[in-house]
Amino acid sequence: MDRDNTAALVEQVREATARGTPLRIAGGDTKRFYGRPIDGLPLETRGHAGILRHDPAELVLTARGGTPLAEVEARLAEHGQRLPFEPPHFGAQATLGGTVACGLAGPARAWAGPLRDFVLGTRVLTGDGRVLRFGGEVMKNVAGYDVSRLMAGSLGVLGVLLDVSIKVLPLPVGGRTLALDMDEARALGRLAELARGALPVSAGSWADGRLYLRFEGSEATLDAVERRVGGEVVPESRALWTSLREQTHPFFAGEEPLWRCTVPPLAPPLALGGMPLVEWSGLQRWYRCAPGVTAFDAAAAVGGHATLFRHRHGAAEVFAALAPPLVRLHRGLKRAFDPAGILNPGRMYADL
Amino acid sequence: MRPDPELVRDLRAALGPDAVLVSAEACAPFECDALNTQRQRPDVVALPRSADQVMEVLRACRRHATPVVARGAGTGLSGGALPVPGGVLLVLARLDRILEVDAGRRLARVEPGVTNLGISLAAAPHGLYYAPDPSSQVACTIGGNVAENSGGVHCLKHGLTVHNLLEVRVATIDGEWLVLGSPAGEAPGLSLLPLFTGSEGMLGVVVEATVRLKPLPERVELLMASFDDVRRCADAVGRIIASGIVPAGLEMMDAPAIRAAEAFVRCGYPTDAAALLLCELDGLEHDVQRDLESAEALLRACGATGLRVATDAAERLRMWSGRKSAFPAVGRLAPDYFCMDGTIPRRHLADVLERIAELSRAAGLAVANVFHAGDGNLHPLILFDAGRPGEVERAEHLGAAILELCVAVGGTVTGEHGVGVEKLGPMCTQFGSGELEAFHDVKRAFDPDGLLNPGKAVPTLARCADYGAMRVHGGKLPFAHLPRF
Repeated sequence: MDRDNTAALVEQVREATARGTPLRIAGGDTKRFYGRPIDGLPLETRGHAGILRHDPAELVLTARGGTPLAEVEARLAEHGQRLPFEPPHFGAQATLGGTVACGLAGPARAWAGPLRDFVLGTRVLTGDGRVLRFGGEVMKNVAGYDVSRLMAGSLGVLGVLLDVSIKVLPLPVGGRTLALDMDEARALGRLAELARGALPVSAGSWADGRLYLRFEGSEATLDAVERRVGGEVVPESRALWTSLREQTHPFFAGEEPLWRCTVPPLAPPLALGGMPLVEWSGLQRWYRCAPGVTAFDAAAAVGGHATLFRHRHGAAEVFAALAPPLVRLHRGLKRAFDPAGILNPGRMYADL
Repeated sequence: MRPDPELVRDLRAALGPDAVLVSAEACAPFECDALNTQRQRPDVVALPRSADQVMEVLRACRRHATPVVARGAGTGLSGGALPVPGGVLLVLARLDRILEVDAGRRLARVEPGVTNLGISLAAAPHGLYYAPDPSSQVACTIGGNVAENSGGVHCLKHGLTVHNLLEVRVATIDGEWLVLGSPAGEAPGLSLLPLFTGSEGMLGVVVEATVRLKPLPERVELLMASFDDVRRCADAVGRIIASGIVPAGLEMMDAPAIRAAEAFVRCGYPTDAAALLLCELDGLEHDVQRDLESAEALLRACGATGLRVATDAAERLRMWSGRKSAFPAVGRLAPDYFCMDGTIPRRHLADVLERIAELSRAAGLAVANVFHAGDGNLHPLILFDAGRPGEVERAEHLGAAILELCVAVGGTVTGEHGVGVEKLGPMCTQFGSGELEAFHDVKRAFDPDGLLNPGKAVPTLARCADYGAMRVHGGKLPFAHLPRF
């Protein structure tokens, strides 16, 4: 059912602009922990919901920003399709708009691509109350700058995502997860080797001396993969990948700050102390660090970057600092889309 | 226009005298790109050899408040590299070094003047390749590919430039270096790499690109299906994709294009067919086998009158050669042609083709259709003779009508060729003044004084007002009966 709440959202944003009141955009509020903590009048998007179009032959789904992510995934599954980047929900209330604004992807990220790759079009409410439409519902579109992909991962600092068109793909015919015992260095090597090869890997994870690899394809392909890769078949592996995606895996339990490091291929183990949980093709590594320890330098030393993903105590900065020319560009874009600076101010960086 | 002597002096001091051209004869070869109906001889051509020299050119242009247009190989189809009067043409062809092919990390780091095919050739010994393959890949450069977000025939499965780009190093008009993206695939802050990709040289100049390489597929198969009815062929496209198969390429040609290609390269196309579908499948042995069997069954069920699977690589290349040489093949049918580049939702394929045929008849100009059917990206080729009075204008009007039709069914005026100068008018059909203003604001964040490639890619509101006055007759929008969304 389509609930179009555009007019009311525009009204609230215009009022906030006029008064200079900061707004905190809230979808399902499932990822409030992500980014810098901010206050602000909540701008609720969940009342703006509904799947607008999904024609399976087009491989595109268009829905309102407040549509529950679960509803989108259920609709796609009915037609044998899925969101290829396997987004985390972090709660039953997660919305499509919040998912795109956070730009996070799950275990399939390394092989399927990041969330932004699948964003085809958006309808955006800017900080000064304009409703603008960028991109569209087609696979190829180079008319105008790609503002839709700019919105992916923008944490609401440029606009409210009213509608999103997203590329979807067919579900695989089958999947199989294999487990192999090895240490971190060998696991990183194995993951990098798989990333170079043609085997149909769709996810990888290493923790506590055990490497898990998920493959997708026909039964015959999976049998051939199993013979080549070895290891043991993990039964009921869906629970494992869900626990990684949703961070319900035991590694994520407890109060210690959780750092996410994204590193280039073949980056060595990071000098951070403690054993990480490795994901993707070795490019995403999670660390639990003592309060006060930061991972920014360790990740930068190998050409990557770190994010303080979850933390109990109000940390000053959670995202890696940008070079000065990039800071100026970020400010210029913020001015272009949110001149009064009322949308999620401070969520990404203090002055954005 | 005579170039500013102080600017020329500064450029010569930075690049050396042989790298700055000012004479009419020396500058003439740069007066157009592949959109050769538009020409403007540049006043100054700068040919830097290094990233630092590129920066020197931009700084000099900034100092002298002179517009600057970046150019790669000049294969662009929309006039994006058309020089601007009084400006500098910055030619990046001499920055043509492959800096690194790292098979272990599955990436290549190259200068902007390296050709698209050059990357795949350098990667081939490692069993890797660079996936986007625009038809000009022998000549077009990666810098131009980034500027245009170039596609090719394998985009549906393997993506556009934006999906295969990891990092770019950019020189800004403010004289600063930017690094956008990261070999890690993720960078902190806003997603500036996709914003920059396809920005047509309006935001900065790429001096280095790091691209992702893919493993060469284990098995490739090419299926050719012919149909005696265009609609049945168009419907087959949707059926294949809805069935769960993601072909590496899915290309369609209509009768005029089939006949032109067959006459040109003798590739074995059935000249009595109304439409032809080329369906390429790649991947692992067993998966390709499975998809091949499903695709064959589906195509038969959709009414294919002929079905052929290439028996070996040689036949596969021959079957592709017809499609890949379709533009020059059609070019032999008339003295001139315009190549359009609209993209539409696939479900409208058959209707849009019918409507294009009607428009073609009404205009009295033949249209041949070749297109990336899997992506819904159409390339109608409008045939005309510029020597006949009024025919260029009729062809331009027909082209505009086709693009407006694409927008009206929910598509776009350009899928992969870019706006350049060619589609500034049709952009006014696709976007409202709010979106266009937002685009101008984005440009200002990168280029406050509007010195980079001015007048391209995004029309001014004044231009759109003129275009509207030209296109809207009697207060009626074109195709007012079609739903707009």
